Amino acid sequence: MSLRRIFIVLVAVFMAWVVPGEAQTVPEKKIGNNSVLLPAIPRGQGDHCVADADFMRRNHMTMLMHQRDETVRQGIRGKPFSLKECVACHAVEGPDAMPVTVASPQHFCRACHDYAAVSIDCFQCHASRPDVVTDAGGQGGVVRGAARE
Amino acid sequence: MSGKMKHTGIAAEFNPARRKFLGAIAGVASVTLAPGVILYGITRSGDARARKPGTAASPDVRWGLLIDVNHCDSGCDKCVSACVEENGLQGHGRPATDPQWIRKVKIHDPDTGLSQSLPVMCQHCAEPPCVDVCPTGASFKRADGIVLVDRHRCIGCRYCMMACPYKARSFVHEEIEDQKTYAPRGKGTVEACTLCIHRVDSDRLPACVEACNDAGGGAMLFGDLKDPNSEIARRVARYASQQIRGDLGLDPGVRYRNLST
Repeated sequence: MSLRRIFIVLVAVFMAWVVPGEAQTVPEKKIGNNSVLLPAIPRGQGDHCVADADFMRRNHMTMLMHQRDETVRQGIRGKPFSLKECVACHAVEGPDAMPVTVASPQHFCRACHDYAAVSIDCFQCHASRPDVVTDAGGQGGVVRGAARE
Repeated sequence: MSGKMKHTGIAAEFNPARRKFLGAIAGVASVTLAPGVILYGITRSGDARARKPGTAASPDVRWGLLIDVNHCDSGCDKCVSACVEENGLQGHGRPATDPQWIRKVKIHDPDTGLSQSLPVMCQHCAEPPCVDVCPTGASFKRADGIVLVDRHRCIGCRYCMMACPYKARSFVHEEIEDQKTYAPRGKGTVEACTLCIHRVDSDRLPACVEACNDAGGGAMLFGDLKDPNSEIARRVARYASQQIRGDLGLDPGVRYRNLST
């Protein structure tokens, strides 16, 4: 076998191996890369939020603002966009097994707001964690969701 | 006010003029701020009715209180401590500036020797002067007659505190942590008795009324003044009661029985 023939065979084998391979191995799409820090957003409890995550990320502030006026001024309660319910469902347990306050960087709201450099003043007045109740035995516990009030 | 009556002791450390005013309100001689009440009473629990979730407070309702002064013991302050506990009003040991949503007022008539003790809180006026003066619309009266501060709009100017003839409002001077989820409150805003709006909206009695009932019968009756079948409406229709400084025409929703004026 001449060198030329060997070369042609090698090229054919190489093409057979590489060309279809190129079509199949599209590089994996990455969101960001290792040099970009993303916020560590703790998961809430339950299966799903009161709306899609995309919607909540973009519109939670509007919904909260709208509903707060209805609740405070008209007394409308029980609607889904309640700050109290956000805080209850998205409570993050600290090292003492109790929910952390907004003083902790692990707090759900803070995790993202720190990242986005958006300061909020909700928690100057509102509780940043669910009500903590103590039962007769002195055991602390957290009241959540519908069980509260 | 009888001219022969005179003010004697004023225990408050601040703003004696307001206290004096309260003395005038009660039409008796001396006013003493006193934490302390034991309320023995005859009244039953109130007529709180829960609204359906998602519905607004109705103007067909007017929440009110009827307080029987004869059943309010000067040594008892259960209503005050219940309010502090319920709304997370723990102070800093500085009575001049610590928030106070309800207080016990003692009145004494030197002519007859009669001493009485009564709780005074926001009187939830139908024509609230605090709402009139508020420059931002933060002070408002809800449809069911409860006068509130919308802290989202309050700028802390304290005009409402000056306008209130009952000295019912407090200013929050210091940062607060770990508020109750149902009672948000923060530095730089004015606050007052909400009639425990979170309880009323879920068919429960205000904390002070509940504590008073638990203490032995109850001097405080809570209910809907506009519902002719409610216990409070029947009582105010049957027995004489009065509003403190009724002459101001503010039409408070809090009424008192057996107050010696």
